[in-house]
Formats: sequence, C-alpha cells, structure tokens
Amino acid sequence: MGARVDVTPAAAELIRSLRGQHGPLMFHQSGGCCDGSAPMCYPEGEFRTGSSDVLLEELRIDGVAEPVSFWMSTAQFEAWKHTHLTVDVVPGRGSGFSLEAPEGVRFLIRSRVLTPEELAALP
Amino acid sequence: MSVYSPPGTDGAIVTYESRYDHWIGGEYVPPVKGQYFQNPSPVTGQNFCEVARGTAEDVERALDAAHGAAGAWGRTSPAERANILNKIADRMEANLEKLAVAETWENGKPVRETMAADIPLAIDHFRYFAGALRAQEGSLGELDDDTVAYHFHEPLGVVAQIIPWNFPILMAVWKLAPALAAGNAVVLKPAEQTPASIHYWMSLVADLLPPGVLNIVNGFGVEAGKPLASSKRVAKVAFTGETTTGRLIMQYASENIIPVTLELGGKSPNIFFADVSRADDDFMDKALEGFAMFALNQGEVCTCPSRALIQQGHYSDFLAAGVKRVENIKQGNPLDTDTQVGAQASNDQLEKILSYFDIGRQEGAKVLTGGARADLGGDLSGGYYVQPTIFEGANSMRIFQEEIFGPVVSVTSFTDYADAIKIANDTLYGLGAGVWTREMNLAYRAGRDIKAGRVWTNCYHLYPAHAAFGGYKQSGIGRENHKMMLDHYQQTKNLLVSYSPKAMGFF
Repeated sequence: MGARVDVTPAAAELIRSLRGQHGPLMFHQSGGCCDGSAPMCYPEGEFRTGSSDVLLEELRIDGVAEPVSFWMSTAQFEAWKHTHLTVDVVPGRGSGFSLEAPEGVRFLIRSRVLTPEELAALP
Repeated sequence: MSVYSPPGTDGAIVTYESRYDHWIGGEYVPPVKGQYFQNPSPVTGQNFCEVARGTAEDVERALDAAHGAAGAWGRTSPAERANILNKIADRMEANLEKLAVAETWENGKPVRETMAADIPLAIDHFRYFAGALRAQEGSLGELDDDTVAYHFHEPLGVVAQIIPWNFPILMAVWKLAPALAAGNAVVLKPAEQTPASIHYWMSLVADLLPPGVLNIVNGFGVEAGKPLASSKRVAKVAFTGETTTGRLIMQYASENIIPVTLELGGKSPNIFFADVSRADDDFMDKALEGFAMFALNQGEVCTCPSRALIQQGHYSDFLAAGVKRVENIKQGNPLDTDTQVGAQASNDQLEKILSYFDIGRQEGAKVLTGGARADLGGDLSGGYYVQPTIFEGANSMRIFQEEIFGPVVSVTSFTDYADAIKIANDTLYGLGAGVWTREMNLAYRAGRDIKAGRVWTNCYHLYPAHAAFGGYKQSGIGRENHKMMLDHYQQTKNLLVSYSPKAMGFF
C-alpha cells in the first residue's frame, strides 16, 4: 500500500506489460487542458523532473524489478496533497505521449480524501 | 427542429471514407508499418472509420514532403498566399453544413454549435490571416544619414502542429491559418480521438494548396506526436493540450533550440458582482446565460468558466436562477439542431469527469444539479453523455483547482472586490476569466487585476479573430487568434546597410 499513490490490479497488469515493452517506467501527473489531470506514463528518464516536481511515491509492482516513480509538479501538489491517488485503467484513446495509448486504454486517477490519521503519518 | 442523418447513412449530407491514410505531399500515403486504428463516434460509441497509425517513418516522409515544398511556398507573394487562404475560406463556406455535421459526428458536440461557431469561426480565421498578411509590412530604421536597418519577415520553414480534440477543425485552423499565411510548410498531427474530420476538410480544399505545403500524419502521441515534436527537422512546435506534455515538448524543443507556442488550459473564474441582480432585465438574463456557459461544448473548452464566483448579497438568488437556467439546457442527440449539450469526446474523458464527481462529493461539495452520467436511450446509450452539473463548495477543493473538461461548474461566494480577485487568482492557470457587473469602472479594474490572458467582460466564450488568445502562468506561451501570431511563425531578417562610400577608419 502506497501512502500517497496506489495502483489497481488492472493498472498493475498494464504496467507490467508496458515494462516488458519499454523498460523501466515513470509517471508524471498532468494538469490543464484536454487530457490534463491524467497520469502520463513514460520510459524512466524520458520526462525530466527537477526542482519544480515532487516525487509522491516509488510504486512497487509485482513482477516489475524496479520501483516505478510517480511525480507531480510542486504547484499542483499543493492542491492535491490532501488526497490519496489510485492509478486505474479504463478503455479509451488516451493522448499526450503516454505509453499506453496505442493499447486502446488510458490510465486514470481515482482519488479519495486522506484521513487526519493518514495525513499525520505522512512525512 | 431537424435531425441530421449520421454520416454515411441514408439521407446523410456527408459521408466519411471507411479509411484514412496519411496526407503527405499532396496525396494519400499508407502508413509504413501498415497499421490502422478504429475511430468511434462519441454520439453512439460505434466505430465509423479507421485511420492510419503513424510512426516515426511516416513523420519522416511528411517532413521530406514539407521540406520539398517550403522553399517555393515561402517565396510566393503575400497576395498569392492570401488568395489561397481566401479560396479555402470560400470553399468551406460553400460546404459549411457538411463540415459542421462531419465535426459533430466525430467530436460529439451539438450541430448547432458547429454550424454557428466552430465552422464560421474557422472560415473567418482564414480570411483574417489573409487580410493580416496583406497588411503586414517590415520596418526600416534610419540609423544615421548613411545607415539603414531594414527588417523583413521571413517564414520559419517547416513547422510542427499538434492539434487537440475539443474543436478538431477550428483548433487546426487557429494554427494552420497563421502558419500558412506566414509562408511555412506544415506537418500536422490531429488528436487520435478526432483524427478524421480534418481529412474531410482536406477533401474539400486539397486542390487549393501546392503539394507538400500541408501534410497530415495521424497516429498516437507516443508513436507519431513524439517523433514530430522532437524532430531536428522542424523549426517550431505548436501544441494545445495539457501541462505535462507541454513540458515534454519544451524539453524536446530545448534539445533542438527551437521555439514553441503552447496553450495548456485553465481553470477560469467567472465573477458575478452583486450589482448584476440590481434589475431583472436583459442584462440579468445575459449574465445568467454567462453562468450557464460552462456547459458550452460539454465543458471541453480550455477556457470553460468552470469556477463561478458569486458575490454575497445576491448569492442565493442568483445561484437559484442559475440552477434553473442550467436545468433548462436541452441535452440530446448532437445531430438534432435543438440539442444544446451533446456527448463528451471520448470514453476516457467521460470516465475522468465521473472520477471528479466522486472526489468532489468526498471533499464535501454539494451537488445542486446533475452529477451523473446521462443515458439518452436507444442508439445513444453507448455514447458518452454527462449531465450538466453544478457543485457548490470552496476554492481549495480539487474540483475548483483542476480542469475537469466536462459540463461542470464549481460555485463559491466572495465578500468584496479584494476577495473576488484573491479567489480568481488562486489557481495555477491564467487563460480565461469572466467579469459581470453593470459598473464599468469596477469591470475595468477587475479585468486588469485578474492574471489571465483573456478577460471576457460582460460576455463569455466569444472567439473572434483579432482578439488575442493565450495564457498567463501555467496556461502556456504565445497568443493565437491575432495578427501577432504571424510573429510566432516568422523570423526577423535584419539587413543593416551602409550607403557611405567611405571606410570606417578602424584599419
């Protein structure tokens, strides 16, 4: 269980498949127009993170050797930090340069409000 | 009322081909890898054509064609290019109804919008840039009696354009018209959600453009968009979409040291000062329409007025009238000319909106109307319909901070002018905003204090050519819709000329 980000079994299965095709992976949570608010999945290192980003989680996926990093911009995190995120997958066309789009599916974020106890336990 | 027949059925005024290849060098070219993807209509969820699934090899072929055509196109006279843009506009005007139905079928938006807004605006956009180009001139600076600095506009060469799915034809035209006017050759990648309507447009105007001046490569972002955006062979990338992809495109551009223009969305505040309700008159009626504008195009607009800020004093009454106005919106078959709200453009878009209904409720926002998927029955049951929805809550909630891109507005109140501006600017974005008041001094001050590129004042969702459109903050870089966009597609050439016959005296 990730303190800030989890994945559904369906998303974990897709991550395993994409890992097999593309090598180590990363997520960066998007914002804004069109396909904004969707998590973008890239080969690890494809998207350059920097001082304006926060690493929310190192996702541990069964069958994936290395953790999958999940990033968000610092400014966006300010608006999201009270919520827990679950990466899910739905049928769709996708957009942006996210790796899963050609598979006819799209990663999607589901959210819930963190409890006061969970918030207190977070670093 | 009338209902258009779905494209390709008996009585339809427009028919899509069953398959679209890439448009490269003035002809249709199959994808190198031979792969295609299915293109569903959001109206029914059923596939209606298949489209080439482009890859880097196809992008290279398109770039070859564009580079082959760019030199000659860039040397045509402004009059010649302007004439071609005007002819494109005329051709579109003669086929307006067909273009409107084609775009509605692919995107899901009501045909009354494509007929009254998308296509007429696109037509006017070509005419505007035809005119702007004719009127554009360089400059000269007489530096001293012998020395003159001449400034010429030159095209960039070959440019890449990546188009969103919310206005498939209009957003393509926003980018194409200035780029072509300025003398560039273009490789354009439509959104994979709406890849076909631009090809219907192309079928109408293909004979007007020299081969290779405009090339269309279809496919997915990662397979076709990325090779295009990261190519060493493009002189500029224009993109409309979201922030992570925007950053990635800037990152690729930094590797090639080329400019980008980006339009990345917003979370636009729509502010209703208390004096709006001073009288129950035409202006009040207009303001209530302005409140309901969040549902235009199913909320799939970067400038969707998705945060309504209503001043205390008239808050309850204005909001109640707003809810009533929204509940009168007619949702239905997008091909019905009476329909005001149609279908979301894709299944993943629908799912995303539903996920925001969930987190909005969890955060304690109150649903005043809507809040669920709409099942319109019959063939439309498979389509992607969402009820126009009003949430009431606080600006710190995620439904107030993120672009949902659905027919969803989040409403909160404010106390005074300072509070209104504080809430309005408490967002990562700064693309659009609305200000509603009978007091024009107040309207002026608010418009100047809101950190957004476009502040609609006593109006909303107007997109005329000659009004600059673009974002502050994380909403992007550059301004579309205005002659200044020509500058985004041109180099400045300076000839610094000495008319003195004498040596300078240094050596």
